[in-house]
Formats: sequence, C-alpha cells, structure tokens
Amino acid sequence: MTINPDLQGRSYPAAEVYDVGREKIREFARAVKATHPAHFDVDAAQGLGHPDLVAPPTFAIIIAQRADAQLIEDPEAGIDFFRVVHADQRFTHHRPIFAGDRLVAELHVDGVRAMGGGAMITTRSEIFALTDGDGREPVATTKSSILVRGEGQ
Amino acid sequence: MSPTFEELSVGQDIGGRSIEVTRQDLVKYAGASGDFNPIHWNETFATGVELPGVIAHGMFTMGAAVQLVSDWAGDPAAVVDYQTRFTKPVLVTDTTGTGDAGAVIDVSGAVGALDADARTARVDLTVVFGGQKVLMKAQALVRLA
Repeated sequence: MTINPDLQGRSYPAAEVYDVGREKIREFARAVKATHPAHFDVDAAQGLGHPDLVAPPTFAIIIAQRADAQLIEDPEAGIDFFRVVHADQRFTHHRPIFAGDRLVAELHVDGVRAMGGGAMITTRSEIFALTDGDGREPVATTKSSILVRGEGQ
Repeated sequence: MSPTFEELSVGQDIGGRSIEVTRQDLVKYAGASGDFNPIHWNETFATGVELPGVIAHGMFTMGAAVQLVSDWAGDPAAVVDYQTRFTKPVLVTDTTGTGDAGAVIDVSGAVGALDADARTARVDLTVVFGGQKVLMKAQALVRLA
C-alpha cells in the first residue's frame, strides 16, 4: 500500500458537531491524571472567571483525531491505520475549551513527505465553536505529524 | 498561589512529579480519548507489529505531563500553546492485580523563555521513562497575570 502524494493540500470540511459535556471533561481529566479543580468543579472554574468547566490542555485531541479519521479512513489516501505512529503534536488555543461548547473541526493536509517505504503526513485541524446566529469562533488550532511505516519498517 | 510574570526568571525550576502508569490507565485513556489502537492494550497485537510490548499512547504521556504546568500556573486555561515530539515509547508492563505501577514517568519543568510583551512564559518539560527522554521539545506557553 502506498500513500497518495496528491493528499497534500487536501481539506476535509467540518463534519459532525462535538458537544463538550461536563462529564466528558471530568472523564478526560481523570484519564490524564489531572487534579486541577477547574476541570471538575463548576464553582472553582467560575471562581477563575470561566463560564463553565475548563477542558485540559490536550482535550482538543478528541476532536482533532475525529477529524484525522476522515483522512485515515479515506480509501483514496492509502493509509494503513495499524502502521501509523504519532510523531509530533501541537495545540494552539485561541481561547480555552469550556463545557457547553459546540465544536467543529476543519481538517487540512499540510504536508506529505515520502520516508523510506512510508510517509510523514502533517495535518492541521482548525477548531471552531458554533455561536448564536450561525457564527463560528476560532477556539484552537491543532497540528500533528503521523508517520505511516512502510513494509518492514 | 499563581506565579506573576515579574517574579519569573529564565532557568527557574517549576518542580516535578512522578506519574505511575498501569495497563488500566491506558484502557481509561483509550475510552476517554477515543483512541482504541490495540497497541495500547493488547500484548499479542503489540508484539505482532514489532513493538516490545504494550506502549502508552503518546497523547497520554503528553496529557499527563502538562498537569505540572496547569497546577503551577494555577489555571489550566493559562496554557495557550503546548507542543511536543514523541521520540521513545513508554513500555507499560502488565501488573494487573498487583497494585504495582507498570511504568513510571518522571516529569520536571523549567522556565525556558519569557516574553514581556505577551506576558507569557515558555515552560520546557523534561519527560523521562527508563532513563530516556520520551518527549522532545515538550514546551508549554503559559499566559500570566
């Protein structure tokens, strides 16, 4: 299986809406062993000036990996999920993610580079919150590189 | 108490912590994140793809390491940018039923740079497992009061 070089520059539009729930923030926070009260206690979060529970700094990976799945599962891409290794990751928060946010992600394939028999693919998700009146507010930009190992790598 | 920008200097230590990891933690992270790649919970599958055994999600390690920064900053929302490269796997031994850790990750942090205009501090994290750095260029940008 070979990676389709024409992937570079491809975009996948925002698909499903991700509703950020309080219990999901608490579950994710426990899963990364976070203990800060702003993830668990609404009063504590509001005491810091936030509207609701604050998601941990890497929470956006849930939305970003859902967006990435569109690419990985795209039969035209030629990516074998079981040969994917996560190489790097970056989160840039334009504002924090809060419980109650309704988020969508646009996926952009920024780079495809052959590496041995495999490829390094760089993707970027632009994550927006839906606002009243069909508006979109920028929330986070996530970037990740995945290495798709070739045969015998 | 949260640090203020004025009291910081480059090179300042922000402390450290050890993170104990079990196979159950990886199952919890898989469920919470939606990343069910079997290399993170199935030994037979992991060794079948030439890994030494079950390894932690890179995103588990990245997510757990930044808690040191969230707590130091006093508000997790102060972390405005966070990045890393994943360089080595964290191999998690099966200790099911024993109460022992399957791996221990050591995290420490120091102020790497200060930006007076933006009032941000870059915290550089050192994340070590088994004597080797597992994250490289693990940097969190923190906005301070």
